[in-house]
Amino acid sequence: MLFGISWDTSSNAAFAASILPILLRGLLATVQASIVGFVIALALGLALAALKSSRLRVVSWPARLLAEFIRDTPLLVQLFFLYYVLPDYGIVLPAFLTGALALGVQYSAYTAEVYRAGLESVPRGQIEAAHALDLLPARVFRVIVLPQAVPRIVPALGNYLVSIMKDVPVLSVVSVLEMLNVAKIIGDRTFNYLIPLSMVGGLYLVLTIVASAGVRYLDTRLPKRGLPLR
Amino acid sequence: MNDIHSETHDDADAIIRFEKVVKRFGATTVLNELDFEVHKGEKVSIIGPSGSGKSTVLRILMTLERIDSGLIHVAGKPLWHQYRHDQLVPAGEAHLREMRKEMGMVFQQFNLFPHMTVRRNITEAPIHVLGLSRKQARERAHKYLELVGLADQADKFPGQLSGGQQQRVAIARALAMHPNIMLFDEPTSALDPELVGEVLNVIQRLSEEHDLTMLLVTHEMQFAKQISDRVCFFDQGHIVEQAPPEELLTDPREERTREFLKGFLETNAS
Repeated sequence: MLFGISWDTSSNAAFAASILPILLRGLLATVQASIVGFVIALALGLALAALKSSRLRVVSWPARLLAEFIRDTPLLVQLFFLYYVLPDYGIVLPAFLTGALALGVQYSAYTAEVYRAGLESVPRGQIEAAHALDLLPARVFRVIVLPQAVPRIVPALGNYLVSIMKDVPVLSVVSVLEMLNVAKIIGDRTFNYLIPLSMVGGLYLVLTIVASAGVRYLDTRLPKRGLPLR
Repeated sequence: MNDIHSETHDDADAIIRFEKVVKRFGATTVLNELDFEVHKGEKVSIIGPSGSGKSTVLRILMTLERIDSGLIHVAGKPLWHQYRHDQLVPAGEAHLREMRKEMGMVFQQFNLFPHMTVRRNITEAPIHVLGLSRKQARERAHKYLELVGLADQADKFPGQLSGGQQQRVAIARALAMHPNIMLFDEPTSALDPELVGEVLNVIQRLSEEHDLTMLLVTHEMQFAKQISDRVCFFDQGHIVEQAPPEELLTDPREERTREFLKGFLETNAS
């Protein structure tokens, strides 16, 4: 029994049917962790990108170093660090939040790169023309640069959302009850790992196919020349 | 050969004046102590080999490139400097913003904003820089679109227009800011040959019907001849020779100019 739902081991089919609702609970946790982690990655990445592109070397260098460090160390190491070290300094977060934070930090290094590449993809001539028209820098950014950068940024960010989903099982090591962890617990208790783990694979397949299709759809809907401004 | 340079600073006639302007890109000196003047209402063409610094002159005027030394005056005021307690100091952004209002620029690659309609391309700066109302800006856009013969294309996006039409919109966009000086940086170089004419016609009409000061970097010798009061031949960061077009283009005094024009005619014939 898990989440108050008990399983039926009378036949393989009955077993699979009975644990499906339990796995779906796990799937929900997986999706939640992905979304919270993704939102953290979006915000943190933006801050990181801004710091990295600072003209002040004392700001840009530490930011670059940090981004490089985050990208070059395993997610599991960062997760352990947050989960076991932060409490020593009085910061005690629930396992779920710690996990989402670790995902967010890890992926912020990647989203920062997406933002930078997207902004740099706007041709130099666009900014020069706006400059020649005397538009204020803030307005140039808002109505010239952003609308042209967003259609290039959004699909790339979407791909990282799919990536994050596939990294969520790592959180099982700090006892987050995401889908894989749920399947493992069922296996431990019933000595049947084949069915729950196969189902996790199948559910993941459905999840990532749906998410990827969403990203592709978004990509086709975004105008390639920039968000139209009438 | 450089006989119009003078040391006086109160020559009211010179709307643009370069004094010993130096511009370097790394180890390359693009402008080498350039002295150069343009008078109010004058139409000046700049010709010369690529890399001779001719586009740089326009880009410096439009404040897209800084200078390394020297002094530039536009409309009687220093461009890259300003006076503070009677001292000439490097210009701040507010001063540069004021100075930019004197000039409009047309780029080789048009640089229209692809995500805005033609109308919005033209009204954006008049509304948000000059403070015109939406209605005033639309009227102004219409007026200049009419001038370039594209009044019926206002609701299209740049990508729906031909290169020649896009460049005409870019001209209208620059004019809508009511500059006193128009800078044309090789405005027809990116166009298919059959589209060059329509853009040149617009520029020609502008030069005839408006008392704008015009500075044109171009490879269209025939056109330079038609519209210019003066043609300047640039090479290696300075003016080799400048004279009225019929003189410079048909009977140049300098050997270097002759060489360039000869080479130019040959490559264009082949």
